[in-house]
Amino acid sequence: MAANSNDFSVPTVQLLAPDGTFAPNEAAEEFVPYFERLTDADHERFYREMVVIRRFDREAANLQRQGQLALWVPSHGQEAAQVGSAFATRPQDHIFPSYREHVVGKMRGLDVVDVLRMLKGLTLGGWVPEENGNFHLYTLVLASQTLHATGYAMGMQFDGATATGDPERDEAVIVYFGDGASSQGDASEALVFAASYQTPQVFFLQNNGWAISVPASRQSRTPFALRGHGFGMRSNRIDGNDVFASYAVTAKHLDDARAGRGPALIEAMTYRVGAHTTADDPTKYRLDADLADWVAKDPIVRLKAYLENRGVAQSFLDDVEQEAADFASDARKRALEVVAPDQDVIFDNVYAEANATLVEERAWFEAYEASFEEAQS
Amino acid sequence: MTDTDTRPAASVTESGARRTGTENLPLGKAINAGLRQAMLDDPKVLLMGEDIGPLGGVFRVTEGLIQEFGDKRVLDTPLAESGIVGTAIGLAMRGYRPVIEIQFDGFIFPAFDQITTQLARMRNRHEGGVTMPVVIRVPYGGHIGSIEHHQESPEAYFAHTPGLRVVSPSTPNDAYWMIQQAIRSDDPVLFFEPKSRYWPKGAVDFDSEPTPLHATRVVRQGSDVTVVGHGAMVTTLLEAADIAAEEGTSLEVIDIRSISPLDYGPILSSVEKTGRLIVAQEASGFVSVGSEIAATIAERAFYLLQAPVLRVSSYDTPFPPAAVETQFLPSPDRVLEAVDRALAY
Repeated sequence: MAANSNDFSVPTVQLLAPDGTFAPNEAAEEFVPYFERLTDADHERFYREMVVIRRFDREAANLQRQGQLALWVPSHGQEAAQVGSAFATRPQDHIFPSYREHVVGKMRGLDVVDVLRMLKGLTLGGWVPEENGNFHLYTLVLASQTLHATGYAMGMQFDGATATGDPERDEAVIVYFGDGASSQGDASEALVFAASYQTPQVFFLQNNGWAISVPASRQSRTPFALRGHGFGMRSNRIDGNDVFASYAVTAKHLDDARAGRGPALIEAMTYRVGAHTTADDPTKYRLDADLADWVAKDPIVRLKAYLENRGVAQSFLDDVEQEAADFASDARKRALEVVAPDQDVIFDNVYAEANATLVEERAWFEAYEASFEEAQS
Repeated sequence: MTDTDTRPAASVTESGARRTGTENLPLGKAINAGLRQAMLDDPKVLLMGEDIGPLGGVFRVTEGLIQEFGDKRVLDTPLAESGIVGTAIGLAMRGYRPVIEIQFDGFIFPAFDQITTQLARMRNRHEGGVTMPVVIRVPYGGHIGSIEHHQESPEAYFAHTPGLRVVSPSTPNDAYWMIQQAIRSDDPVLFFEPKSRYWPKGAVDFDSEPTPLHATRVVRQGSDVTVVGHGAMVTTLLEAADIAAEEGTSLEVIDIRSISPLDYGPILSSVEKTGRLIVAQEASGFVSVGSEIAATIAERAFYLLQAPVLRVSSYDTPFPPAAVETQFLPSPDRVLEAVDRALAY
């Protein structure tokens, strides 16, 4: 890039071409050794996770249409970005999601029905991060979680949990956010703090093209990957529909972060094939041709072609289809069985220690509610 | 030059022992002593803020602490309030007890979102699975002749937010103990420091912890009218009580100390005695802490009252240029004017 020019282009790391050919481009060269860590079984795992979550995603949208969920947040189209990056994490790492990373949670051990419970209005959270692979709660105020992630990573550093000399023990954080959230001040402040304290942290920005109805070009006139350089950290733009690129680049930056080499930013170029949420209507702002271009770059089709070129057994592909169908129907079944919390949830856990205001209000509330029971008896 | 810190390295001094006995200290120094004690007591306590390192904060409240505890426990952060509170939340998730200094009252608002939508609700959202022992220290209030955004009283915004605790000490002794109690709390605490009271000295008893954090206190006994306030307003109320006494009127002065939750017991007992209540505050009156107290006393003590509860507040305008702040802020005279109205009712 020439100084003072308007050429803000950055190379896009790609290992797997849209037709499924394994053909790392020039930008991908330094990441090939990370790809080479993967076994055939890992490749198949990627495929399984992507197919299963897409099927689940469709089932969850159906549940919303049937009045079972207040809202659904589809991840269709972003599976490669999420599966590859999630696979690069280690058990001791902490993951701070936005609110669309269902498969990342699943791969860390989260029961996806917990996500459905939240979207059904039964809980504000839904799970205990430490019991679910350190997968933290979804955050609905955009970019807030980027700062929590950075603070958490500062704590790892203060604890001496990074750069211990033992890569099996070193800890790191990965935080997910999007092109829209990147405009929030908190995202910039998180990048400032992360660079300043050299936190063990990867910022994983899924550029899915749209912040509800507003295109990414309204958020930034430069590739988001360039912003990382501006804040003083290593940055890469990757083909977010290439699960190998997502894995390899995240693996490198997480390794570096754990080893004490500071934070990095990854911009994954992907596409929100579905709506923002079930309350959205993309036909009002999106061109069919644009969507068609991206559907042609589908991450699952691409990986399937790769596996087929390598002679994967048809029985494997069939098994995955069956597993996806079973997973979705099991989630549906259990989503219909979840029970509403009792009224205690209103007052529980607002404070850690008794609070006089709430003690009085709760006593009044309980007496008031009980008065109806007495009236009926 | 942006890639190096050219300031001389802080020379770490030997960590000292707990202070004992009684000393006459200004309120700012008392908070400094309280922070130091909290850091000695618990290695997870760390300080975060702007200019709180070698400079010791713009009010010097953290003076000497980076020398004693090092720059891993006294963090001179980037200049970004939302960033400070947001990263403190992450540190609290990791088991730390961050104590944040907001440089001036008017600069807390960039962090308002992280405080109200994240910090205050984090425990609730996690169904009790995390605690948020974060203290946010805020120098607040007028009487120091400063420029815009440096003399605000924003405590009501935070008292209105479920999940937060809000307190304000008025004396050096309370400041020393309340900051330690706030740091020990497993809930987030907004700690409002009356900056006009930073410099006058008062006795600090290092040996005996006084009242709990959330307790109002009668600071002067009286029989005719109850006057309540918090922070620097307590000094104004005591001055008013002196003048009233000369005129033969006995004021009972109550220091609220804890704005949320609010301990109504001593206020109700006092009103039972006097039948008259004045609530004074540096903040504007509309939808204020004083409004809440007036409403609650009217609900609970209607038949005890000989006069309506009256509020004495700053006007519902922006804090004006400092040249006219004495007319804007409640003065002993304005308190006495309200006392006269209550007695004449």
